[in-house]
Amino acid sequence: MRGLSLLLFITVANEATTDLSVTGASVPPELEVSAAPAGTSPVASRYVPEEYGHPGIAQARSAEEPAAPSTEDGESSHQHGGGGYRIVQWEWSYVQTPYIIASWLLVASVAKILFHFSQRFTTAVPESCMLILLGLVLGAVVLIASKKQPYQLDPGLFFLFLLPTIVGDAGYFMPARLFFDNLGAILMYAVVGTLWNAFCTGFCLYGVKMAGVIDEKVNAGLMDFLLFGALISAVDPVAVIAVFEEVHVNETLFIIVFGESLLNDAVTVVLYKVYISFVEVGPGNVYTADYFKGIASFLIVSIGGTLVGLIFAIILAFVTRFTKNVRIIEPLFIFLLVYLAYLTAELFSLSAILSMTFCGIGCNKYVEANISQKSRTTVKYTMKTLASIAETIIFIFLGISAVDKSKWAWDTGLVVSTLIFILVFRAVGVAGQTWFLNWFRLVPLEKIDQVVMSYGGLRGAVAFALVVLLDKEHVKAKDYFVATTIVVVFFTVMFQGLTIKPLVKWLKVPRSTNRKPTINEEIHERAFDHILTAVEDIAGLNGYHHWRDKWEQFDKNYLSKLLLRKSVYHKSELWEAYQKINIRDAISVIDQGGNVLTSARLSLPSMASRTSFPEVTNVTNYLRENGSGVCLDLQVIDTVPGAKIEEDLETHHVLVENLYKPRRQYQSHYSRHFMTVGEKERQDREVFQRNMHNRLESFKSTRYKRHKKDRSQKKRKGSDAKEQDTSDKPRRNVSWQDKDPVVVPMAPEEDKHDPPEPDKDDDVGITFVARKAPETPKERPKSVPAALDGCQSPVAAPPSPTCGEKNLPWKSGMGSLPPCVSVEATKIIPIDLQQAWDQSISSLESLASPPEPQHPRVSAVSSLGGPVWTPAKGKSGAGSGSNTGSPSSLQFKFPTGKEDEEEGTLSQRQQEMQALMSSLRQPPPPATQSAGKRRNPCVYLRSLVTVPPSGAEPQSRKPTQL
Amino acid sequence: MGSTNSTLLKIPNVEVLMQETGFSPAHIIRLHDRFKALDKEGRGHLCPHDFGAIKELAMNPIGDRIIGAFFSPGKETVDFHTFVKILAHFRPVDKDRPKEPNSPEPINSRSNKLKFAFQLYDQDKDGKISRDELLQVLRAMLGMQVTDEQLESIADRTIQEADLDRDDTISFEEFRKACKHKRFTMFRFCIRPGERKLMLTLCHWSSELQDQHEL
Repeated sequence: MRGLSLLLFITVANEATTDLSVTGASVPPELEVSAAPAGTSPVASRYVPEEYGHPGIAQARSAEEPAAPSTEDGESSHQHGGGGYRIVQWEWSYVQTPYIIASWLLVASVAKILFHFSQRFTTAVPESCMLILLGLVLGAVVLIASKKQPYQLDPGLFFLFLLPTIVGDAGYFMPARLFFDNLGAILMYAVVGTLWNAFCTGFCLYGVKMAGVIDEKVNAGLMDFLLFGALISAVDPVAVIAVFEEVHVNETLFIIVFGESLLNDAVTVVLYKVYISFVEVGPGNVYTADYFKGIASFLIVSIGGTLVGLIFAIILAFVTRFTKNVRIIEPLFIFLLVYLAYLTAELFSLSAILSMTFCGIGCNKYVEANISQKSRTTVKYTMKTLASIAETIIFIFLGISAVDKSKWAWDTGLVVSTLIFILVFRAVGVAGQTWFLNWFRLVPLEKIDQVVMSYGGLRGAVAFALVVLLDKEHVKAKDYFVATTIVVVFFTVMFQGLTIKPLVKWLKVPRSTNRKPTINEEIHERAFDHILTAVEDIAGLNGYHHWRDKWEQFDKNYLSKLLLRKSVYHKSELWEAYQKINIRDAISVIDQGGNVLTSARLSLPSMASRTSFPEVTNVTNYLRENGSGVCLDLQVIDTVPGAKIEEDLETHHVLVENLYKPRRQYQSHYSRHFMTVGEKERQDREVFQRNMHNRLESFKSTRYKRHKKDRSQKKRKGSDAKEQDTSDKPRRNVSWQDKDPVVVPMAPEEDKHDPPEPDKDDDVGITFVARKAPETPKERPKSVPAALDGCQSPVAAPPSPTCGEKNLPWKSGMGSLPPCVSVEATKIIPIDLQQAWDQSISSLESLASPPEPQHPRVSAVSSLGGPVWTPAKGKSGAGSGSNTGSPSSLQFKFPTGKEDEEEGTLSQRQQEMQALMSSLRQPPPPATQSAGKRRNPCVYLRSLVTVPPSGAEPQSRKPTQL
Repeated sequence: MGSTNSTLLKIPNVEVLMQETGFSPAHIIRLHDRFKALDKEGRGHLCPHDFGAIKELAMNPIGDRIIGAFFSPGKETVDFHTFVKILAHFRPVDKDRPKEPNSPEPINSRSNKLKFAFQLYDQDKDGKISRDELLQVLRAMLGMQVTDEQLESIADRTIQEADLDRDDTISFEEFRKACKHKRFTMFRFCIRPGERKLMLTLCHWSSELQDQHEL
């Protein structure tokens, strides 16, 4: 009962979204009655004692918070009990089981937190040691308190619930290629090594017993010792994972030890079962045929287990092909089917660990390709959480179990000789097998590798659970074996676990590195594979690559076709890898972008370096400079958007672009089937958009300049305005351009361009001079919104909208993600990034289109933008709107002049309010601008539309002066 | 052993060959058998169509390039010596080879292995992998699943990543740096004790530490 509820509890805790409903559904109707009102009716309270501990009820309540609230609930709401009305009632029996389990989990988790407080401590002492020690302490406390030990590492619980979580995690995340590359060595150690250890330990212990070292009280014969040797000889996956994950040896070494610990299960299971049966029938009744049966049994158990695992892997992969519309339960399928693989193997008494491992390895590729990114993350974290907690419980319970002295009997001779034999035979076995394997390995396993492998042969909970399972009726010396096993486990996990780290350091064993492969490595690795296959063919040898190639052909032609979604199947692996790398880069760019914006180090560009590298405003180059290397897809830029112009679209765009979005938007919407976009993600997207936007902005202006040089003279105003738009954040543009001392290969006319940054500095510097220039008023209407714009978004000043942005299909809205990823070759894949990308790209696209046809739109934008930005000045906004809409205003002969005046006063007030920002924003005279200035075509366009004829200038100039 | 010697004697300059390539006599014999099997017409040299007759090779996406690597420019045939020398690239690196400063670099050094791989990309032999050359290889390896645009963006990305001197090509030095962390697989010929049968096994990734020693 405890085991069942534990499992359910774990499931519940980790899949909080689904399982409440699942659990509810699984509870039979009459139980639901009792569960739901929790004692509001007499029926329920009558039910309670009977159904005490029923997992369905208990879980549902203990799901979120370990049982405490539910007790509270029950107490407060109970109305009937005994003779009268009782406000509170003690319902311990009702919540006992889940309560205890939850408490244990809590203790274990808190213990983990405490261990990790001290960094120095945790690097020296493995967690498993600490957990065992904690278990010992807790066990002692419980023993003293209750005089008996109620808690034990129950083999049923262990094999059915704790072990699968760990093995499932190990199998699913097994690095498949590494595993199969070393499969020969792994199998060798797992089968031959384990057999060797088992037989040698068993026989030698028997020999020692004959020699009289082991006390007479240990009533065991040859079969008993062989049985004991079998269960004590297998390297334990739990212990190996726990210890080796902290040691970080190189991956080859890790995969060999780790793979061995998983695959030796078949050997252990068979030996254990065979000996048990031999012991039970008595050694005298064993015939030769039984030995052959044993061998046959081994083959069936191992191969059968593997097959069961592979069948479930195929089922699982096939199922995930069709989960497109029920994304939320994708992870559940994975857990269930992997777990079912384990249980099914147990059902047929095959090797369950093998089954689960191969199910994980087999399905991983297809499942990961089929399920969504979020499901992938869910699976990963849930598996890790489950495995971690199971491991914690196992070690704590190992400690607790050791305390109970009634369960074991001590014999020094047996313990010491077992320890010695284990260590010696492990070392000898490893050395011998390695010597043999090295004949066939390109990279032989070195001496130090062998030492680590021998030393890393840790025994653990599997051995303990097996020894506890022994039947005392048949195995008379069970208590001695239990004691010896406990000592062996403790010795290997604690002493060897503690010392293996210094040993690895001392021996200078190559450590693993945590690099991610680059795209070059991905490509070359595949190319090398092809080369090696070809060379094997030429040399006429059917080597590993030959078969690997055959398998890949088969996989591609049949398996993938069957198991992968159509959309996924047509993607190339290399392309996938490429996309993954790009996502990584995009994320790192966002991070970097944040840094670039704020870091003072980059804010002041040095002129010299820039003049020596004339023209750089390529995002690609910027990224390359930073070592992240996202490349812009210029092809996307070249595709011209379907230029359908709609005013409301623009309005929407302007609003969305310029209104600084509130950071906090609570989503009241709840759906069980669809995840809503998290707040964090929306903000990320926004940050990304703004960052990329600014970069592309400058990129665009240089490109524009390059291609439309003839218009450069006219554009200056626009560019200046643009500069000032962003001048309250001068660092932004300056900083990243400063990082770009790279020559753009495709810009032959570099010499004609001045570096942009000095100009910008000039602009800022000569702002006050600029006002005296005759054209200044022209800029007024633009600069005002810009100033307001800037003040509304102090964190990240968005540049004024560009023509291209207005083309954007933004009507779909910022708030919700587009439902699908764009089909074609875009660089950045996640949907939110994708959107930002599209936005940036289309702003680039606008460069290709001439400014003239866009005038009406632009005017509309400015007219609509006016009221938004300055709600207090509705009249001026309306004036500007009417002005742009119909140039001949009713009120004035010179509507443009009027508008300018109003705008001027408006801007004046704004400037008064924020003198600093607006002063920075004052447009400099065009005369001072150099030819190579960066310009924003869009702002320029707006100026073309909204700006009055030059005759009106003198009027408007004065009011705008500060 | 008699047959071994007699076979060896039939091969001219076998001593030199063995010294250059590091193959053992058993290896040489094994390869000689294979060479004769490939050379169906018994001319003593192999032509491209001899390689083309290998069925598996026809399915290899970059098989043509590998065949091409056996033929030095302008030559239409490959003799046994060249054949063995090319294959010697795929011998494992000798760990404990004597460090003589004067001795020429062995064929199976890491650098030479990489050069062999590099020249499969660099078809025009100008010492650089250009974008077009990379695109060809990618096209061959990726098949029709990927659009041209995707292919080009991968190629751009690859060059950009490896290209240190910004000339939009990958030189050998850059190639080597890009593969610096790549654990390099190569073959190992070995003979099981007591058996004449030559086994070619895949051997494993060498660890990164060993690679660094190598460099």
